[in-house]
Amino acid sequence: MRIVIIGNGVAGITAARHLRKLSDHEIIVVSDEAPYHFSRPAMMYVSMGHMTFDNTKPYEDWFWKKNRIEVVHNKVRLIRKDGGLVIDLESGPSIDADVVILATGSEPAWYGWQGEHLPGVQGYVNKHDLDLLERNLAGARNAVVVGGGLIGIEAAEVLHSRGVHVAMLVREPAFYRKVFPEEESTMVTQHISRQGIELRCSTELEKIVAGENGGRVDHVISSSGEHIQADIVILATGVKPRIDLARASGVDVSRGILVNDRFETSIPNIYAIGDCAEFETGVQQLWYTARAHGEHVARVIVEGAGPYVRGTYFNSAKFFDLEWQVYGVIPPESDESNSVYWSDDSSTRSVRIAQSNGVVSGVHGIGVRLRQETCVHWIENGTMIDVVRKQFQEAVFDPEFTRKVSV
Amino acid sequence: MNYIELTVPDSMRNHGTMWSRWKNRGVPAYLLALVLTGFYVMVYWFPEPLAPLASLLDPLAHLLRGSVADRWFLYGTIYTVAVLVMGARMLLRYRTQRYHVYRTLTLMTVQLMMSYLIPALLARMGSKEFYFSYFWPLKPEYLFPSNISALVQSDNGLLMFMGFWTIAMTVVATPVLTYFYGKRWYCSWVCGCGALAETAGDPFRQNSDKTLAAWKIERWMVHSVLATIVAVTGLIWWANIDPTSPIAPYAHEANRVYGFLIGSVFSGVIGVGFYPLMGARVWCRFGCPMAAVLGLLQKYASRFRITTNGSQCISCGNCSTYCEMGIDVRAYAQRGEDIKRASCVGCGVCATVCPRGVLKLENH
Ligand SMILES: Cc1cc2nc3c(=O)[nH]c(=O)nc-3n(C[C@H](O)[C@H](O)[C@H](O)COP(=O)(O)OP(=O)(O)OC[C@H]3O[C@@H](n4cnc5c(N)ncnc54)[C@H](O)[C@@H]3O)c2cc1C
Ligand code: SF4
Ligand code: SF4
Repeated sequence: MRIVIIGNGVAGITAARHLRKLSDHEIIVVSDEAPYHFSRPAMMYVSMGHMTFDNTKPYEDWFWKKNRIEVVHNKVRLIRKDGGLVIDLESGPSIDADVVILATGSEPAWYGWQGEHLPGVQGYVNKHDLDLLERNLAGARNAVVVGGGLIGIEAAEVLHSRGVHVAMLVREPAFYRKVFPEEESTMVTQHISRQGIELRCSTELEKIVAGENGGRVDHVISSSGEHIQADIVILATGVKPRIDLARASGVDVSRGILVNDRFETSIPNIYAIGDCAEFETGVQQLWYTARAHGEHVARVIVEGAGPYVRGTYFNSAKFFDLEWQVYGVIPPESDESNSVYWSDDSSTRSVRIAQSNGVVSGVHGIGVRLRQETCVHWIENGTMIDVVRKQFQEAVFDPEFTRKVSV
Repeated sequence: MNYIELTVPDSMRNHGTMWSRWKNRGVPAYLLALVLTGFYVMVYWFPEPLAPLASLLDPLAHLLRGSVADRWFLYGTIYTVAVLVMGARMLLRYRTQRYHVYRTLTLMTVQLMMSYLIPALLARMGSKEFYFSYFWPLKPEYLFPSNISALVQSDNGLLMFMGFWTIAMTVVATPVLTYFYGKRWYCSWVCGCGALAETAGDPFRQNSDKTLAAWKIERWMVHSVLATIVAVTGLIWWANIDPTSPIAPYAHEANRVYGFLIGSVFSGVIGVGFYPLMGARVWCRFGCPMAAVLGLLQKYASRFRITTNGSQCISCGNCSTYCEMGIDVRAYAQRGEDIKRASCVGCGVCATVCPRGVLKLENH
């Protein structure tokens, strides 16, 4: 059997690796971005000079051949039904397939702003953006980042590290307030401001304006009417599933490519995983979920495995020097009535344990590393908050000699 | 500008490391490597040009050792100053991480006391110039019969103590401490080679080779060196017990060749000279027989490991990039596996640079 995977992001590559582990099928991965898989969340470390692009590749280039995974650097134009499935590439001969896995990921979601296509305006989600930023950085002094999300803050840190003055437009009243409770949001907002980022909260983008002589961006106008100088504008207002190929090929799509809980699309033998897939419960656009999808779809295809069940929610990110980890549910409206909160006097470390009726529902740390296994165990077993507080050191994953957390 | 970058820390962030010509094998890095290798070659084999430099240190040598400064005093002084100055840089750079602060302070203190001041004072007292922080097989002669029997049978209490110290550290403390804490107790907290690598070598850690091919060469080489020194030590003992045996004349010749190839060329000229090109742990990784022993203990008889925090890894590669031992840490972390590698010196930098809090050095 020949399985063709479209997209060499973490979803597609994890599927390929696990298919190889479980079976002897012929595996081909077609992708148009970079010839070999790289870590998308590592892009910022390339832009800051912490790593080379090569350092972001989790596997050495010989790995694929050794594991009999054929790698094709090309763009898929269309998937046709012609007896089996046929995959038309942008250049070169088509590929026949018995099974196709769509792992086409996501693309930036922009909202049709005036000036969004001016030179100097870009997103920050793929290899193209990474290279484009290097060109846009030449001679740049001021930048505006639009969007107060996880990609926005990474873009701001990148620009700041390159000596560019950054203003950030954030729709919420404080950074990440849509997700964080008030204390955490304030802590992170202050930390970002201390780095020298000019945060404009409760502010949106109105339009992007070009300079007088020539097409490059000169400034943006915010929802409050302010003109902010910008040689670079990074639009980080979220991503949406990349569904153009699926739609053109007659696969049912809505926001994403519609799948059931075994990743099956509306067309037999075509599966969809990772950022591009939309489940009955919506999309799951995280590194960890994409990896889990890849692992599970391989079991579905080879072993006929049952439904994919997403485990307890978790996530992590870093805001300049502040690390963040979360397990379970922490509602943004958390306060003393439904959670326990601890922070140290440096205001760079905090822990929150959310509860309802005394049962722990989520654990949240900023500047404190938390052990996933322990936190998830507490949440999944309905552990009482008093027990969790007493045992809390077991969940702390900080380096040796770090000051104790006394939640 | 580039020079300043090498010495003045910019907190723990690695901004611009890959564009620095010093840190990423540019022309200045090659020049520095040339200077360092040249210096080692002079110290070992062509010391004359160093004499005027050494004589500048005469007052200090008189004060500490009660003798004029020779090339070894010059070398020891430069070495210790490098550890102290670059140690201060290390402390500044990693000031928010207590693990690094404590181990750097320990390394600096051990280097200054045990490898510099105390041996000098011992020499001044007319006693044996003894290094309490080095053991067999890194300092093979410490277990040679001529040395050890003289010490243990001495009626001078201090010399006797040195003898028993050597035996106790090699036979008892090494396996016990490694069982509880991993090889890091020595390589990243005590050892003088480690002290230079962890301080002066910190700017170059990203230059270690992470490929599988390098790992294969490493295992082959480091264990060959260990096998060789075990054999040489055995020969020397044999020759001592049975001086009439036909191998006796070869034993000391073997030791001389080992001393030249491994002790001087490998650990000195290449080990330090290649810092800017292959990272600071070239010797520790490919050549050090002590690291090989500790590594075997760490792998098969130790509670130490680096644990991985569930599924939090984003495969970014910071850990592998900044591992000075060239361990592909990410390969384990992204599979959720603990890292239990013989070569890991427990420097803790992988855990420090990880942006998702995935790695933790643990003793159980
Ligand atoms: C800057 C940034 C930082 C991030 N940081 C984090 C983080 O810290 N934690 C986290 O959980 N998530 C993070 N994410 C999100 C995470 O990267 C994604 O959820 C994950 O990469 C999705 O993987 P995927 O395999 O589904 O898709 P992708 O990684 O997007 O891969 C899809 C691939 O398919 C290719 N492709 C698409 N269509 C075609 C076609 N027609 N022909 C050929 N190839 C095609 C694309 O070019 C692309 O290479 C981050 C995202 C970005 C952009
Ligand atoms: S694995 Fe980590 S602790 Fe071990 S040597 Fe490498 S960077 Fe240091
Ligand atoms: S640095 Fe951390 S997140 Fe990045 S690859 Fe290593 S363990 Fe994973």
